[in-house]
Amino acid sequence: MSNRSKLIVTGKPFRYDQERDAEFERLVKRYPTRESMILPALWLTQEQEGWISAEAIAYIADRIGTFASQVYECATFYTMYNLHPMGRNHICICRTLSCWLRGKQEIVDYLKDELGLKPGEISADGKFSLEEVECLGHCGTAPVVQVNGEFHENMDVDKLKSLLATLK
Amino acid sequence: MEVKILSAKFNIKDAHKLEVARQHGAYSRLDKLFAMEPVAVTEEVKSSGLRGRGGAGFPAGLKWSFLPKGLNKPVYLTVNSDESEPATFKDRFILVRDPHLLIEGIIICCYAIGCHDAYIYIRGEYTTQVKALQAAIDEAYSAGFLGEKVGGHDFKLDVTVHRGAGAYICGEETALLESIEGKKGQPRSKPPFPAVEGLYGCPTIINNVQTIASLPYIIENGAEAYKQYGTEKSPGTHLFGISGHVQKPGMYELPLGLPILEVIEKVAGGVLNGKKLKAIIPGGSSTPVLTPEDAKTVTLDYESMAAHKTMFGSGGIVVLDETVDIVKLVENLAQFYHHESCGQCTPCREGLGWILKIVKKILRREGTMGDIDLLVELCDNIEMKTVCVLSAACTMPVRSYLNKFRHEFEAYVNQGTSAQTDVKQG
Repeated sequence: MSNRSKLIVTGKPFRYDQERDAEFERLVKRYPTRESMILPALWLTQEQEGWISAEAIAYIADRIGTFASQVYECATFYTMYNLHPMGRNHICICRTLSCWLRGKQEIVDYLKDELGLKPGEISADGKFSLEEVECLGHCGTAPVVQVNGEFHENMDVDKLKSLLATLK
Repeated sequence: MEVKILSAKFNIKDAHKLEVARQHGAYSRLDKLFAMEPVAVTEEVKSSGLRGRGGAGFPAGLKWSFLPKGLNKPVYLTVNSDESEPATFKDRFILVRDPHLLIEGIIICCYAIGCHDAYIYIRGEYTTQVKALQAAIDEAYSAGFLGEKVGGHDFKLDVTVHRGAGAYICGEETALLESIEGKKGQPRSKPPFPAVEGLYGCPTIINNVQTIASLPYIIENGAEAYKQYGTEKSPGTHLFGISGHVQKPGMYELPLGLPILEVIEKVAGGVLNGKKLKAIIPGGSSTPVLTPEDAKTVTLDYESMAAHKTMFGSGGIVVLDETVDIVKLVENLAQFYHHESCGQCTPCREGLGWILKIVKKILRREGTMGDIDLLVELCDNIEMKTVCVLSAACTMPVRSYLNKFRHEFEAYVNQGTSAQTDVKQG
């Protein structure tokens, strides 16, 4: 169960850029209720900003015409919504069953040493954040690492080294 | 042993593109479909014996026939592409390599059940997959296979992709509906079942991606052709995901009913690096474990799995070699289910955390024999005392490990050591 609850107030107003604005209007026609836009609206926010602030929650609620508490409920329940800024390279390592069997711990240990980060932490320069996540659905090519949404399969320390070298 | 029904286009270059897909038969069944009465489509699917491929194995055509007749409400189809059960990695191949097969299946199902708005619920982690799927849907709209007149026929259909955001529970069908409605994914009490009162309070059919993708073959070739594959009660083919300690892990399409040990040996190349087989998880992490002795008589179909007190599940087979520390494996699984509990029901929210704490205590060499019994008691007190089956998805396998590998738990308690000498897992 997610135990995330804290929102960050930036002090700056939030609104969608033109592209997200259009996408919101396209999608809203697809559902018979506006509340169905809560998850898509949170995704649009995260695509735009990388994370979801208190102001964004208020904006989404206002835009949909629902209670901010209902948007907050979803933003905190669903663990892929970032409630604070993440590293420019957000590295997720699958920790579950098949990846565990096929050596995910070596990957985690290497990243811990190399980046000086524990899962859940963000580097001081904001370049990396590390997270151990539940099954990513790539069990046949375990262990798997996801960097900024891109999957990297059959990982080992050597491949990880080359991958890290490409990240800016 | 492999067959190519669902995976026929998986190895064709660019088969995800409409033009290539059409050269290989995509949307070629629509004329035949729209010449049939919708009820005849349902009957054909019923007689094909196609069962739900998400894990429960409920007959698909029968599910459709539960829709109430003559209601003045829209009917919805939601396609379950949440695919979050550990060891399950089959549906994403359809999403990426042959998304038009899924879309054509959606058209078939929607025509049969009288649905004009379908939603595909896809797990949030599937970033590249959602792009591939959306691109295919966009192409299908442009070519007139979706929209006001599907394939030029007098049938309107809109398909919308709805992204989840990291909650295993949303693979449970009513949690999935809550999520589309803009709520946190907490399952609903049943009844009413979704076929009667589902999305937005309307009759709703929820089918897995693979189930829907099986439909074009059935419509093109008929139920009898489909039933040539598999067993009498478990007909057809399935995308099996084989992972863990095997030489050739991967996704393989096989008819149902093959002996599990033969499949591991011949299809997946046997146990990794010639090690000895310790156990097999037959159908995703929530299915009770099989020992090599159990496995001798197990075949890959719903009936054989049930006869061996386990489940066919999602077809995600995990092979465990002799080095696996079962207590640590249970810790890994308990952590998953505890993390993924939606928090609605106390036995699950609290109980799975207790299981995890006790297993951790045993691993710290602080456990007692009483703790092992307490784990069994906890399983009994959690299972089936909750709104959905997430808690049972944890307790059923945990109980099986306690039954079949109790000596490994006892070794930690009595000797203060793992029963394993060569343990490499974390």
